[in-house]
Amino acid sequence: MKQTISVLVENRAGVLNRITGLFSRRAFNIESLAVGVTDDPTISRITIIVDSGNSVVEQVEKQLNKLVEVIKVRTLSDGTFIGRELMILKVNANAKTRQDIMTICEMMRAKVADISATSMTIELSATPDQLNTFEGLMRPYSILEVVRTGVIAVQKGAGKI
Amino acid sequence: MTGAQALIKGLEREGVAHIFGYAGATICSAVDVLLTTPSIAYTLVRTEQDAGHMASGYARISGKVGVCMVTSGPGATNLITGVATAYMDSIPMVAITGQVPSNLLGKDIFQEVDITGAVAPFTKHSYLVKDANDIPNIMQEAFYIAASGRPGPVLIDIPQDIQTQILLPQNEQAPELNIRGYKPSDRGNDMQIKRVLEAIDSAERPVIFAGGGIFLGEAQQELLEFATATQIPIVTSMMAQSLIPTGHSLNMGMVGAHGNPCANYATAQTDLLIMIGSRAADRAIVDPDGMHKRMTIVHIDIDPAEIGKNVRVAIPVVGNVKTILGQLMEHSTEAHTQDWRTLLQTKRNEELSRGFTERAGHITPPKAMRLLGSKLADNAITCVDVGQNQLWAAKHLPHKHGRFLTSGGLGTMGYAIPCSIGAKIAAPDRQVVAICGDGSFQMVMNELAAIVAEHLDIKIMLLQNHVLGLVNQIQNTAYSGAFGVSLDGSPDFQIIASAYGIASAVVSEDDDLDGAFETMLNHEGSYLLICNVHPDAKTTD
Repeated sequence: MKQTISVLVENRAGVLNRITGLFSRRAFNIESLAVGVTDDPTISRITIIVDSGNSVVEQVEKQLNKLVEVIKVRTLSDGTFIGRELMILKVNANAKTRQDIMTICEMMRAKVADISATSMTIELSATPDQLNTFEGLMRPYSILEVVRTGVIAVQKGAGKI
Repeated sequence: MTGAQALIKGLEREGVAHIFGYAGATICSAVDVLLTTPSIAYTLVRTEQDAGHMASGYARISGKVGVCMVTSGPGATNLITGVATAYMDSIPMVAITGQVPSNLLGKDIFQEVDITGAVAPFTKHSYLVKDANDIPNIMQEAFYIAASGRPGPVLIDIPQDIQTQILLPQNEQAPELNIRGYKPSDRGNDMQIKRVLEAIDSAERPVIFAGGGIFLGEAQQELLEFATATQIPIVTSMMAQSLIPTGHSLNMGMVGAHGNPCANYATAQTDLLIMIGSRAADRAIVDPDGMHKRMTIVHIDIDPAEIGKNVRVAIPVVGNVKTILGQLMEHSTEAHTQDWRTLLQTKRNEELSRGFTERAGHITPPKAMRLLGSKLADNAITCVDVGQNQLWAAKHLPHKHGRFLTSGGLGTMGYAIPCSIGAKIAAPDRQVVAICGDGSFQMVMNELAAIVAEHLDIKIMLLQNHVLGLVNQIQNTAYSGAFGVSLDGSPDFQIIASAYGIASAVVSEDDDLDGAFETMLNHEGSYLLICNVHPDAKTTD
C-alpha cells in the first residue's frame, strides 16, 4: 500500500542523508521524495512516498521522530490530503502532429513550455495518476524525455502538521 | 578564544574529567589545549577502537558521558567499532574526531574520511563543525543528546582550520539550550499506568523482564522496591545482569537462547510480562512473534520506537523508567503470586546448585565462575568479553552489589579489557575484573600497556582453550565441523604479561582454583590468571 509521509526537518546539510539512511538500512524502497524549504527558511519539508505495510510505516515514522533534526512527522491518510506532482515531458512533434498534441494538452490542462521544429516540451502539474494518463496519451507520438518532481502533499482544510 | 579552546572549554563545562584518545595531525590543536588543562586527565590508548570501549566502561560506571578523541582518517575509522558498540548498548558517549581543513573537504587529501557519513547509522547524532562560533552550542547539545532520553554516542568532527579559527567574543558562551526536534519524554501516561496496575491485579503469573535501561535510567533501587512491593519475580536480559543480587528470592536469572532455564520457563509460562527498559532483542526473546497471544505484554521504555518493534505490546508506557516506576509505586500492592513464586524459586534453586561436566587437566568454567563470584568484593565490577566466556559468566557468575559489563548488543570481541580500564579509572577504589577468552584477549592485549601506564589494578581471568570456542561450538553442532577456529600461533601469555611487568599464573585443575583466585585477588596490582579450558567444553554443558 502506498503511504505518504510528510516530514518537517531542520534545513541543514546532511539531514536528507540521515533520513534516506533510515529507509535503506531496512531495505525499504522510496517511491518518491520531494524536498523544499518552507515559509520558515530554517525548516524544510520532505514528502516521502513508500509502498509498505502499516507496521513498517509506523516503525519508520518512529525512527524518523528519533532523528534530532526531524521536527515533525505525519503519515497522511488517503483522501485527507492534496497531493500534486510536476511533470515535464518532451515529445516528438512536427507540423502534422502538433495540433493533435495541442488538443490533448488542452483537455488535460497541460502547458506548452517550449517548442521546436521537431519537438514540444510540455509541463503538467497534477496527481500522479493524471500524469500517468497524460504520459500514456503522449506515447504514440514518441516521447523523448520525462522528468517528474515527486509528489508534494498538504492536508486538506485548515489543519497543518 | 580558538575553536580548540572552545572545544576543551566545552568539555570542562560539561564536567569531563577524563579523555581516552590517540592524537594525530588533525587533532593536535585540541590536544595542545589539554597541556594547559589540568582538570582533564588523558589516557593514550593503543588502538582507537579501545578509546571507544574505555569511554564506554568509564561512562557505565561513572554515570557521566564518556569522551574519546582521535585524529582523522584511520583514527576515525578505527574508532567506528567503539562507537557502534556504544550505540547498540545505548551508552552515553561523545566522540571527537579531527578532520582535514574545511577548504580541502572532499578532495581525498591525506587522512581524510567522511566520518560523519560513515557513522550515521549508529550514532544518536553527529556534527561536522563548519564554524568555530558554533562550538560552544554544539558542545552543550552533544552532551545533552548523548546523556538524555535513550542515551547514545554523539560524534563531533572538527576540521583542523576550525580548531585554530578565533571565535567572536559574543559567541564564546553557549546560548540557551533549545533543540526543537528533540524533547525526550519523562512521565508515563496516567491512563496507561492505571492499565498496568489493573493488569498486575488480575495476573496470576506475572514476571518483570528488566533490561539494561534500568541501569541507564539509574532506576535500580526503584525496580527493586517495585518488585518487592508487588512480589513479582524478575528475569533479566544480559544487559541487566547484576541488577539484583543473584541470591535474591525474586531473581530468576537471565532469559534467552543462552540464558538460565528458570528465567526462560518463567517467560514462557507467564500471563503478564512487564518489560522495563529492554528492547527484547533476538538473543533475549527467541519467539517474539507469537508471544502476545500467550500473555499480556506491558512495555515500559523511554524510546517510543522500541515499543512494538520486536514484540507486539498490549500496554505501552513511554517515558523515563525511574519516573514511571515511581508512578507505579504510588499505587502498587502485592500481587497474588505465592504459588507462582514458590514454583519458580524451586526451579531456580535446583539450577543454582546443579553440577557440570568436568574434564581432567582442565578447569570447569561454570564452577570457576561460581567460585570467582563468591570471592569478589561486594561491589566488584566484572567486565566480560564475547563468546563462551561471556555466556559462562552471564549464566553462572553470581553477583552481590557489583556491576556486570559486557557488549550485549553488538557483541564486540575485545571489549572487556578496555572497558575494565575505563571502569577502573571511573572507580579507582572498586575491584575490577576482566574475563576474556584467548581469542578476544589477543584482539586487545596491546592495551596491557595502557594498564601499566595508568598504574591500574585490574585482574584478568583468561579462559584459554586454544580455539574460538563459541564459533567452534556452533560449527560442531550446526555445521559440518570446525574450520578456521584454531588459535595456532598464540604466544605464551605468561611471557606476554611479564613483558609488561604484570604478574601471572596458570591454573588447570578445579581444585587449584580457590588458591589461584585468592592469590590473584590479593595481589597488589594487575594480574593475569590463565585458566586452561578444554576445547570441547560447551556453554550448554
